[in-house]
Amino acid sequence: MHFIPYVWLIPVFPLIGFVINGLLGKSLSKGKVGTIGTVAVGLSFALTVAVFLEYLRLPAAAKPVEVVVYNWLASGSFSVNVAFLVDPLSLVMLLVVSGVSTLIHLYSTGYMHDDPGFPRFFAYLNLFVCFMLILVGANNFLMMFVGWEGVGLCSYLLIGYWYEKKSASDAGKKAFVVNRVGDYGFLLGMFVIFWTFGTLNFREVFSLAAQYPVGSGIITAATLLLFVGATGKSAQIPLYTWLPDAMEGPTPVSALIHAATMVTAGVYMVARCSALYVLAPTSLAVVAVIGCATAIFAASMGTCQFDIKRILAYSTVSQLGYMFLACGVGAFVSGIFHLMTHAFFKALLFLGAGSISHALAGELDIRLMGNLRHKIPITYKTFLIATLAIAGIFPFAGFFSKDEILMYALINGNVWLWLTATVAACITAFYMFRAVYMVFFGESRVPHHVEHHIHESPPSMTIPLMALAFLSVVGGWINFPIIPGAQKFHDFLSPAIAPLGHEAHLAISAELGLMAFSMAVAAVGIYIAYKFYLVSPEIPGWLAEKFPVIYDVVYHKYYVDEIYDYLIVEPIKVGSTLLWTEVDDKVVDGTVNGSAGVVAWLSEHLRRLETGFVQNYAMAIVLGVTLVVGYLLG
Amino acid sequence: MSLTIPTFSLASIGPWLTLSVAAIAILVWDALSKERPAAVPAVSLAALVIAAVQSLTLLGKKGTDFAGMVYVDGFTALAYLILILGAALTIFLSWRYLEEYGKNLSEYYALLLFATTGMMIMVAGAHLIMIFLGLEVMSIAVYVLAGFLREDLKSNEAAMKYLVLGAFSSAILLFGMALIYGAAGGTLYLNELAKKLAVTKAVTQPLILLGLGLIVVGFGFKVAAVPFHMWTPDVYEGAPTSVTAYMAVAVKAAAVATFLRVLYVSFPGFAADWTWLLWGLAVATMTLGNVVAIAQTNIKRMLAYSSIAHAGYLLVGLVAANQLAAVGILYYLLAYTLMNIGAFAAILLVSRQQDRYLNIYDYCGLGRQHPGLAAAMSVFMFALAGMPPTAGFVGKLYIFAAAVQAGYIWLVILAVMNSLVSVYYYLRITVLMYMRPAEADLGPVSFTPAVTATLAATALAVVLVGIFPGWFYDLAAASVKIFSL
Repeated sequence: MHFIPYVWLIPVFPLIGFVINGLLGKSLSKGKVGTIGTVAVGLSFALTVAVFLEYLRLPAAAKPVEVVVYNWLASGSFSVNVAFLVDPLSLVMLLVVSGVSTLIHLYSTGYMHDDPGFPRFFAYLNLFVCFMLILVGANNFLMMFVGWEGVGLCSYLLIGYWYEKKSASDAGKKAFVVNRVGDYGFLLGMFVIFWTFGTLNFREVFSLAAQYPVGSGIITAATLLLFVGATGKSAQIPLYTWLPDAMEGPTPVSALIHAATMVTAGVYMVARCSALYVLAPTSLAVVAVIGCATAIFAASMGTCQFDIKRILAYSTVSQLGYMFLACGVGAFVSGIFHLMTHAFFKALLFLGAGSISHALAGELDIRLMGNLRHKIPITYKTFLIATLAIAGIFPFAGFFSKDEILMYALINGNVWLWLTATVAACITAFYMFRAVYMVFFGESRVPHHVEHHIHESPPSMTIPLMALAFLSVVGGWINFPIIPGAQKFHDFLSPAIAPLGHEAHLAISAELGLMAFSMAVAAVGIYIAYKFYLVSPEIPGWLAEKFPVIYDVVYHKYYVDEIYDYLIVEPIKVGSTLLWTEVDDKVVDGTVNGSAGVVAWLSEHLRRLETGFVQNYAMAIVLGVTLVVGYLLG
Repeated sequence: MSLTIPTFSLASIGPWLTLSVAAIAILVWDALSKERPAAVPAVSLAALVIAAVQSLTLLGKKGTDFAGMVYVDGFTALAYLILILGAALTIFLSWRYLEEYGKNLSEYYALLLFATTGMMIMVAGAHLIMIFLGLEVMSIAVYVLAGFLREDLKSNEAAMKYLVLGAFSSAILLFGMALIYGAAGGTLYLNELAKKLAVTKAVTQPLILLGLGLIVVGFGFKVAAVPFHMWTPDVYEGAPTSVTAYMAVAVKAAAVATFLRVLYVSFPGFAADWTWLLWGLAVATMTLGNVVAIAQTNIKRMLAYSSIAHAGYLLVGLVAANQLAAVGILYYLLAYTLMNIGAFAAILLVSRQQDRYLNIYDYCGLGRQHPGLAAAMSVFMFALAGMPPTAGFVGKLYIFAAAVQAGYIWLVILAVMNSLVSVYYYLRITVLMYMRPAEADLGPVSFTPAVTATLAATALAVVLVGIFPGWFYDLAAASVKIFSL
């Protein structure tokens, strides 16, 4: 049985789920809606696994495989197929997306059980998965863009899912507006590529690009524009501000879209275009610096948050920064590796946060938690595993992927990138364990009326937690460092990634030294958190009083939202209103108010004809004629 | 003296004949019947179907007829089909709507058929006078249609404004044609103009450019290009909603197709002059249309500005002036017809009796109350916004790709930016429908079979034509080979 030719079915299953739940969901029972949604995505996962296994057995000459469904847009020199590229990179992404999605769908059947919009939720979620699978499976930029826009749309719809809350619909709007800027970059990048190469097919573009010299202006332009798209979708400086607000959406959405899958689309895109990026050292440097800066900047903001989901959101922004740092120093494989392990442990953290708030009647403020470890043991254990993973403790998944990134930052990049990323790793360990200590240890600060309701979540929620916890432990082992032949992930993915001109390697002793160092750094972060939040909880307050300015600035997230508001949002608002009222509406508005009643209509018209508006329009036409003729003759 | 009568084939103008005969028959029939004949919409639709079949037979043809006055070719035939589609969908929207006003009169359908005939004469015109004739036949019928709700003040105002300004712009267009006639040394045939103008260019250059400028203004008015757009919001808002739908799609389609032919066939020698002029008009039109649409709260007004913006995208295609651009424009006209008529069908349903609810906030909570209607409206909004994989996206892609091929990178940069801005106001309708609770109970929506069918069919078509654009592309690509671009 051959599965690869049916790879196009992978996004079709969730689409079918969307159609069924979208059209008939209201008349189906919740159990059925949840089952349809979960099974649809599960089928995609099963098919992906089948395709993956078949791909492994293919002879090297037959790889990668392009599966053309049909010719979508064709015209002489310009042709775009609806087609899927089956190669290691897309397979990894398809596996991660469909696998994590299945678990999160399952979790949602429990978490969203009492929500009145249950079918709507599953319909959106399935549609999202469909577009995400198109995004990562596409063999050309245009189809990728179809997915890119589609996931964006679902993301706005799901952020604003609880639209009764004004903050939720505002957050949806913000995500939408910020992403417009990114999409603009992506589109322009795509047009530059089309203009330069005359095709949008990945493999054709990359092989044509190989003829260009390193540092060519046009490729630098294209890659920078694409990276603008990535900063929007993957919440990097300067377009990261929407992601923390996006936490207004339901927690499974945060886990799936705003942690594990959609926000990593930018990283995937950069890795997919590695062949272009290696030709543009300037772009790589920009990617590395932006990624590195985002990693530490977002981590620092995470230290002062009290909303557990917002802590995780800043952490996501920061971890995405690591992935871009990896890509920027040419270690695309490490970037994707971290993308994968991050998908496991960050989805787990979010689902854990959802389970905590489920136990506490929706509470998200860690100041109102504490000492929960015995009351919700499964949540506690899995959350701890994920925290160890993100902190980079051996042998959890995050250790392997983060360590690789730090190593490549040093050997392919420079010592400053490495140092910054290492400090960010320390901060990460600190703020994550801050959360763990405040939620699960110490004195309980849970309000009395909530206290006796605390309960562990149902199996539909804890099973995904345990599955993800398992992956967060073992997920990194597929790319075990140092031992020869143990870097399976690297070996598998390498054919899909363009190599950087120079390959540097570290001596084993140096590599071991770096690992020990980064472990030590993480341990320092954990120790500080232990000291601050368990042993002497008065220290943070004392520090905040001692350094009020620093605390205030960090607590207010460096006032970036306010600065954007002041510098960009307000001027645009004022400008568009001015354009409307001064240029168009002065003449237009009030003309069709026909309120004078039938009796007076004639005089009304004559008056208008005599005194005003139609003449104004005619004057505008005359003015236009003057401009047109003036231009042609001038 | 011997008189030779040129040979001609009536089949070349079959669609005109069918529609105009049907229109006259409807008027006579109505005059002779004691009661209002109820079958008029059906008869009109039948006439349109026959005209469509006749147009299909013209698809493969190439050349002119009636002593070189009329083009008989695939481009014309495709334009006919798009216009017929617009007219037919409009009829589906019309009758129940007109009944609400007690105005379901036979004249309405006759006028619609006359207007469509005028448009056909226009797009087939191989001679500037034919084009003008078609334009006037169309315009006069549309003026009356815009004011069809006689007792309605807004409808009256719309018709009055459209008439006064339309006459003004027609005069400008005619003046331009006259200047061209003089400058070319006495011809108005589109084919010949290019050659003659090339010869006389040395002497009459200023006159040609003046004439060309005035022609651009005349067409600019009909397609609602900035700064000749000012009538659009008022007229679109005031006219009966079904007529607005018709004006937005068919009048624009006819004007754009004709404009395209005039520019590409008669003025290729002056491309350096008109491309940059249209470049400026395109940017101004897109930008003003999209930015001002954001501020609108009346949905018909919003779609009026949206239609201005779409005129801007079409102008981008005219600027690009290559084969892909011509195909893109035809495709865009088809896509625009489907998505805009669909949107107006939804508006008709939501506005309920006699256009009571036209405010965008009347759409709040529609997703809960009428999921099917809201879903269809969302499809149209996404399509108008150019979201993949709808027909609206593919249309923009063709046009923008054509402009990239032609090297107008900055124009594409601005067009893409505009397109992204536009998503804001289109998506807002979807957001209101799904993410706001209903503000008040507006009463039941009366789903009439004709409007519901139009809604469903256009929604489906917008998606399918987007996912499978190949067949239309092939037709259009074959038909635009007549232009030497």
